[in-house]
Amino acid sequence: MLRLDCLRSIYSQLEKCVVVTIMGAVSAELQSIGHRPNFFYLQHAMGLASSTGLGIALSLPEQTVMVLDGDGSVLMNLGTFSTMARYRPRNFVHVVFDNESLLSVGGFPTATSTGTDLAQIAKAAGVPRTAVVNDCAGFVQAVNDALAAKDLTTIVAKVEASGPAKYVTDLTLLENRFEFSRYVRSLGK
Amino acid sequence: MPVSVNSSRAIYAALKASGIRLVSALPETWLVHLIRMAEDDPEMILVRLAKEEEGVGISAGAHFAGVSSAMLMQNHGFLASINGIVSFALLYRIPLLMLISYRGSFGEKDPWQTQGGSVTEPLLRALGIPYFSLQTIESIPLRIRQAQELCASSLQPVALLLTRDIMWEE
Repeated sequence: MLRLDCLRSIYSQLEKCVVVTIMGAVSAELQSIGHRPNFFYLQHAMGLASSTGLGIALSLPEQTVMVLDGDGSVLMNLGTFSTMARYRPRNFVHVVFDNESLLSVGGFPTATSTGTDLAQIAKAAGVPRTAVVNDCAGFVQAVNDALAAKDLTTIVAKVEASGPAKYVTDLTLLENRFEFSRYVRSLGK
Repeated sequence: MPVSVNSSRAIYAALKASGIRLVSALPETWLVHLIRMAEDDPEMILVRLAKEEEGVGISAGAHFAGVSSAMLMQNHGFLASINGIVSFALLYRIPLLMLISYRGSFGEKDPWQTQGGSVTEPLLRALGIPYFSLQTIESIPLRIRQAQELCASSLQPVALLLTRDIMWEE
C-alpha cells in the first residue's frame, strides 16, 4: 500500500477536518495532492504532531482533528498515547503511516520493522478504538468508521517505505503556520 | 509539605487574570498546589503530561485554536522540552508561557537537582528566551501579566522562574 494512495483516497474527507501532519514524505505528498488552509505540516519537532492535534482537539471540541503521523515520529513520543487516552477527545482521529523506516534520512529501519506494534501500544495505553490496515480500501473504511464513531481512534496504516524525490516545497513554514492558525481560529468563532 | 499556598494562589490568580484557559503540567513538588487549583477549576483545561515536551505541542495546538495556555514544569522538564522549544516554538513563532520551578539553586538540599539548577539560566539565555525570576510574592501579579503580554505580542516563549524564595516556606 502506498501512502500517497491512502492520502488521495481520504483527501475529500480531509476538507472537513483540521489536519496536522508530520514532516517528510507525509507533508510533501499531501502538498503534492493539493495544499489547503486547514493543513498544518509540522516540519520538525518529531513526535509532537499528535500533541498538537490533542491541543487543538481539546480547545475546539466541535471540530474534527486528524493527525497524519508516522512510525518514526510517534516512536519518539510514545507517552502521547497515554496522554491522548487520558483525555480521550472524541473529535480526534490519529493516523499513523507505518513504513517501518526512517525514510527521509536514508531508510533506516525503525522498531516496528522488528515487531513493535503501535496499534497494540495505543490500545494498551487506553486509546478506545484502534485499527491496523494493510490496503487502501481498509484504510478508507477505518477512517470512515473513526469519523462515524466520534471517538478517539488510532489507525495504523502499513505502507511501503517509498516517498517523493524531495521534501522541501514552495510553502514556507511561517506562511503555513499563520494561514492555518487564521483558519482554525475562524472555526472557533 | 511547606510549599507556599499563598504564592501558588497568587500565581494561579495571575494566570486566570491573564486569560490562561489551558494548563499543561507534570507533577513536581513545588507545583502541587497550582496543579490542584487547575484541576478544581471548571473553567481551566488541565492536561497532565507523560513528558514535558508534549506540552509544547499542546500549547501550540491551543494557540492555533485561539486559546491562551501555560506550561507548568520543573526546570528539568524545561531541559526535557528543548527540542520542542527550538524546532517548534522558536521555529514557528509559537508563544509559550513557561512557569518553571527553579530547583537546584541556592538553598537546594536534594543533590540530584543541583546540576539542572546550574544550567537553567544559561540555557534560557542561549535560546534567547526572555525570563524573569520571581523572588517576591508581591511581584507575582505584575510579572505574570507582563510575561503573558510579551509572549502574546512577540509570539515566542517567555519564562518565569519560580524560585525557592516564593515557593518554599521553611
